[in-house]
Amino acid sequence: MQVELRNPSRTMEFDGPIAVTALLARLSLNREAVLVIRDGTLVPGDAMLADGDHVEIRSVISGGSW
Amino acid sequence: MKCRVCREPAIIDIRRHNANFCVEHFLRLCRDQVAKAIDRHEMLSHTDRVLVAVSGGKDSLALWDILFELGYETDGLYLGLGIGHYSTSSEGFARRFAEQRGLRLEVVDLQEDYGFDVPEGARAARRVPCSACGLSKRHLFDEAARRGGYDAVATGHNLDDEAAVLFGNVLHWQQDYLGRQRPVLPAGNGFPRKVKPLVRLGEREMAAYCVLRNIEYMVEECPMAAGNKHLGYKEALNAIEEQSPGSKHDFYFGFLDRVVDRFGGASEGDGADVGTCVRCGAPAGGEVCAFCRLLERVGGSHPDYHSESTSTVNRTSVSLAPTRVGVIDGATGARP
Repeated sequence: MQVELRNPSRTMEFDGPIAVTALLARLSLNREAVLVIRDGTLVPGDAMLADGDHVEIRSVISGGSW
Repeated sequence: MKCRVCREPAIIDIRRHNANFCVEHFLRLCRDQVAKAIDRHEMLSHTDRVLVAVSGGKDSLALWDILFELGYETDGLYLGLGIGHYSTSSEGFARRFAEQRGLRLEVVDLQEDYGFDVPEGARAARRVPCSACGLSKRHLFDEAARRGGYDAVATGHNLDDEAAVLFGNVLHWQQDYLGRQRPVLPAGNGFPRKVKPLVRLGEREMAAYCVLRNIEYMVEECPMAAGNKHLGYKEALNAIEEQSPGSKHDFYFGFLDRVVDRFGGASEGDGADVGTCVRCGAPAGGEVCAFCRLLERVGGSHPDYHSESTSTVNRTSVSLAPTRVGVIDGATGARP
């Protein structure tokens, strides 16, 4: 499957099936800091991702302060 | 995973609530939590005119959307900060959001209207960019609220923002800041009322809200913020949260419930000798306010808002649409 990441933008390939939590662990990403979007739809941590899925891992952290 | 409320398939898990939600009940949770924050902290009434500080990012657009859904009378204000492509794109998201909903968005551009941008301001003031940016935002949102006769300024600060700021203020024992770190600051000393209706929602929830509501927002991070302390505090808190869900909530709301009043200063300017800036009329600790001092350093000037011949302040030509009232039933059973 293709996994798109941002900040910086890049695309990586992973073999499925793999659980969302396992994918995030392999990428050393904190679940609190990202959303996982499969083919335009949000998926929770226990969802299984398959070969052929297009997955976006979107950072949700904003850094500005007042 | 199944939705806690209806047992249909869930699309998001929120570990601090130890719960999962489907689309319908997650959106209801978000609206419930905003309504609860507004009610519990007496932020707004339905007769208030509210100015929403809009950046084009997830938090401010989600906030505007929810306030609109809850039936509040809102206008938006976008500040063009002059941070290259980031600012250009952010403004586009803010404008499209307003236009699609028939909401009024005022656009103030630092470079066009005041003669400088954030990178120039930071260099001239020898401040980090986030400091010059924050100073400009605070001044210009206050100024716009006074000029427009708004009852309150609403900002998109969420639970993660507030927990990170609290973490930094505690690390350095910033007592003045701790006393003012509240979800609502009443109007006083020349400052408008400030409210933060998203304090009960995390930023992951705000991003999810935008995805589910088809709100397009600026996903890329501000290039000026990379590596700042605030991001480091969030990373540290998220590392704790991953091991112990609910820690950020308990840290922030425990502070509000048990500690904040020990620091005093419930209004902006409390405890200080607040006068009026001789140049712009804003509240000021001295003869000239911090923003006017910054303006002097960069060689900028104030626009003449009252002159009909001046067109430096851009206002989109959208009008207020009839507001709608969302249904809140508290059925989501989220963390109290």
